[in-house]
Amino acid sequence: MKNNKHTASLEEKDVEKTVGMLLRAGVIIASIIVLIGGSLYLFNFGGLPRPDYHLFKGEGSSLITFDGIFMGLFSGKPTGVIQFGVLLLILTPILRILFSLVAFAVERDRLYVFITLIVLSIILASTFGGLKI
Amino acid sequence: MSILTFTIILILGAYLAGLVGSLTGLGGGVVVIPLLTLVFHVDIRYAIGAALLASIANSSGAASAYIKEGITNIRLGMFLEIATTVGAVTGALIAVYTPTNTIAILFGAVLLFSAAMTLRKKNQEALTEGSKWSATLKLDNSYPTPNGLVKYKLKNIGGGFSIMTLAGVMSGLLGIGSGALKVLAMDTTMKIPFKVSTTTSNFMIGVTAAASAVVYLQRGYMDPGIAFPVVLGVLGGAFTGAKLLTKINPTTLRWIFCIAITFVAIEMIYNGLQHNF
Repeated sequence: MKNNKHTASLEEKDVEKTVGMLLRAGVIIASIIVLIGGSLYLFNFGGLPRPDYHLFKGEGSSLITFDGIFMGLFSGKPTGVIQFGVLLLILTPILRILFSLVAFAVERDRLYVFITLIVLSIILASTFGGLKI
Repeated sequence: MSILTFTIILILGAYLAGLVGSLTGLGGGVVVIPLLTLVFHVDIRYAIGAALLASIANSSGAASAYIKEGITNIRLGMFLEIATTVGAVTGALIAVYTPTNTIAILFGAVLLFSAAMTLRKKNQEALTEGSKWSATLKLDNSYPTPNGLVKYKLKNIGGGFSIMTLAGVMSGLLGIGSGALKVLAMDTTMKIPFKVSTTTSNFMIGVTAAASAVVYLQRGYMDPGIAFPVVLGVLGGAFTGAKLLTKINPTTLRWIFCIAITFVAIEMIYNGLQHNF
């Protein structure tokens, strides 16, 4: 019994370490991509006057949908590359939830598998649930 | 102003925002909104989009360090994320119907409250008697201190959960991490030692912000030309802040920044009342 408890807590430490690494890696990769896109953006458009940010127009479809962002990324459009980095940054905590789900399942912690699933469904519903009004 | 000049000044400003956010514990997002709206006259909706990204970057960057130390209560964070994500999605939905001036006034009020919260007396005590719910939900835990592991228990789970929902709504509506409200729920209501509550709050901010960020991204609030200097600047500032925190005692700095932030909050409220947004 005592032995069991010991290994369980060891596993938990590993899980926590991996969660930490995942978060850090996500932020680092996202910022490198944002930096690359940003440099391209400045190189191409740095000399142009600043857009009218005091008027809210909203972004076009190439920067607000998955398809649009991927198209922009693969065609090397600077704003597309930045927006892809932005997307990765937003995905990092969501990936963390997915990872926690697996970790709780491995620990056979049914209660927390359930709780994690609730959190995940809320986020997925807000992503895909047609909340665009 | 050319794009290049705007970008360079914004990177420097965002760097300062990240630094102040990390030294006060308010998070970079909170400082980014007044910076963009009051200094750069950017529409508050673009500012909210950028602030959410700053909050996510800040949270994920800092959380990875705290988790390593074993202070963060991951189960507690996950459980309360039900409340904050439901709140965040609701907040992002309400935001569409809320006039921008109202958002600015509300933001100022939350900023005032946050500044006051950073100066409060912190809860150091670990509860030895917890509630039944805390045990059922496996929220009781322990955390490392210089004197060894300290066990703690929780109470008022329902109360804490409700304040967390409100924190989520504010986060979704204003694009901030709502760290102060999260700490109020955990520290003051659930009686969690402040080291655990601040790190767990930080851990949760990323997920809370991501829940509303997906809505804002699809609504076109996230402009690459603003996002890029803000994300990089805030991350750099937060990194410097974390390094500085281990070397200096931030009490005096915290006071100075809190006074500065109070002025910024009043400025936001004033401009909101004057319908300048």
